Amino acid sequence: MRRIAHPLLLSAIVALCAPVLLRAADLPTLPQHLRDTGLYADASMSQLREGVLAFSPQYPLWSDGAVKHRWIYLPPGTSIDASRPDAWDFPRGTKLWKEFRHGRAIETRFIERAANGEWRFASYVWTADGQDALLAPAGGIREIPAAEAPGARYAIPAEDDCRACHEGAPVPVLGFSALQLSSDRDPLAPHAEAGAAAMDLRSLVARGALKNLPSELLAHPPRIEAANPEERAALGYLHGNCGNCHNDDGPLAVLEMTLAQRVGSASPDSVLRSVVDVRSDFRGAGGVARVAPGHPGASVLALRMRSREPLQQMPPLGTAAVDTEAMSLIARWIESLPNQTERTN
Amino acid sequence: MYSLKMLMRIALVVAASFARGAEPPAAGAADEVLARGTYLVTVAGCNDCHTPMKMTAEGPKPDMDRMLSGHPESLVMTPAPKPEGPWLMTAAITNTAFAGPWGVSFTANLTPDRETGLGKWTVRNFSETIRTGRHLGRGREILPPMPIPMYKNFTDSDLAAIFTYLKSIPAVKNRVPEPRPPAPALASAGS
Repeated sequence: MRRIAHPLLLSAIVALCAPVLLRAADLPTLPQHLRDTGLYADASMSQLREGVLAFSPQYPLWSDGAVKHRWIYLPPGTSIDASRPDAWDFPRGTKLWKEFRHGRAIETRFIERAANGEWRFASYVWTADGQDALLAPAGGIREIPAAEAPGARYAIPAEDDCRACHEGAPVPVLGFSALQLSSDRDPLAPHAEAGAAAMDLRSLVARGALKNLPSELLAHPPRIEAANPEERAALGYLHGNCGNCHNDDGPLAVLEMTLAQRVGSASPDSVLRSVVDVRSDFRGAGGVARVAPGHPGASVLALRMRSREPLQQMPPLGTAAVDTEAMSLIARWIESLPNQTERTN
Repeated sequence: MYSLKMLMRIALVVAASFARGAEPPAAGAADEVLARGTYLVTVAGCNDCHTPMKMTAEGPKPDMDRMLSGHPESLVMTPAPKPEGPWLMTAAITNTAFAGPWGVSFTANLTPDRETGLGKWTVRNFSETIRTGRHLGRGREILPPMPIPMYKNFTDSDLAAIFTYLKSIPAVKNRVPEPRPPAPALASAGS
């Protein structure tokens, strides 16, 4: 009896302790070289590993004009659970990479869902000759020379910076979602890359990578049901660049300002209600309302997006140059908004 | 080889530790948390900068009627004098505004006022602010002289206790000004 009880009891203890035993400190250390993260087929880094898929969100994040390439890898036999259409559940072992180029490859960011379910964030910095990419320190690198980047400088984010943006949303994967991968792509979206647009909801479902997606989203691919095409693109830009923090179910919900779109609710009303003619608590930019219809120059949202003064700028991280193309779009959208009298008549 | 008795004891300890995390603190434990928060806020010197000083016959003393309510919005600050020689920083008479190479910083309203203080904040907002040194954990940087490099070492339970205490104090409506960026001359003086 005693001989049988011991292994059973040990199993029970191991099961109880598993979440404790697999803490971050116990996970394998991150590879020192990008080539060892599983992105490439071999050490020459000339070919992607089998199973690595390229994708392109329809509303990409502005990164000071960097050309970006993105990939995802799911372990064989696994799939993403899309039961919650705005908060996909990625399997353990999921890996994502994003390469940033200013003339040459400068940085590749890496996100991994570890065996214990935690998400890990890292960055790899390319050597100038493009032969290797090395793990950056967790504190980031304030400045590296990059001849073709704005100001000929480039900053590598700290791990805390990665978490600041990625952990403000329900799921830390920001560009791989139902709205971002809709086949009903927005033709006015700034900086959208068409190259990898073939990776959409339908193709993900077809290859078995996406399960439990509500059938409605296949029949009618999600789109922002805005008043006009320009508003659709403006709200999409705000979703892709701001909605990861400014949403109604993350830590910044206390601000009561949401710029995130929900595919479950097709109307952008909640976004408009939270910004248009709503008084801003921020008084350092010169405006009063978050968005003052007809007046981009009096709209704190636009003023802060146009600023790169560190105490004012939005987003506060990851950019040192204003996105002039997007600012034109945002300004046109605000100018076109009806004022309160027009809206109530 | 472990004995059955020892293994059962380990299993019970592990199970109990999980159960503790799931249960809300008992009334006595809540009192302890509040007491711990009161103690930490007192000895960590939060009042030194977040409670405006007033001048008395015995010198400057914290104005406890405005306890932890930050830089008074009614106190209009003129441009700070440029520091000379080895001087780096200028402080307001209330010890709630500080000019230096970073610009001008104003201490925050830490009272639970919903519109101007921490009333809407969650413990996560508070902990992430202290841990990252960024407003709400993801916005602009918290400026000197807030001792973020030291305070980021508070344990999770200490931060939760501090936040519990801050939520318990009287709310004071006081909208603290936004920080001001450095004037170019001041920035170069500090570089």
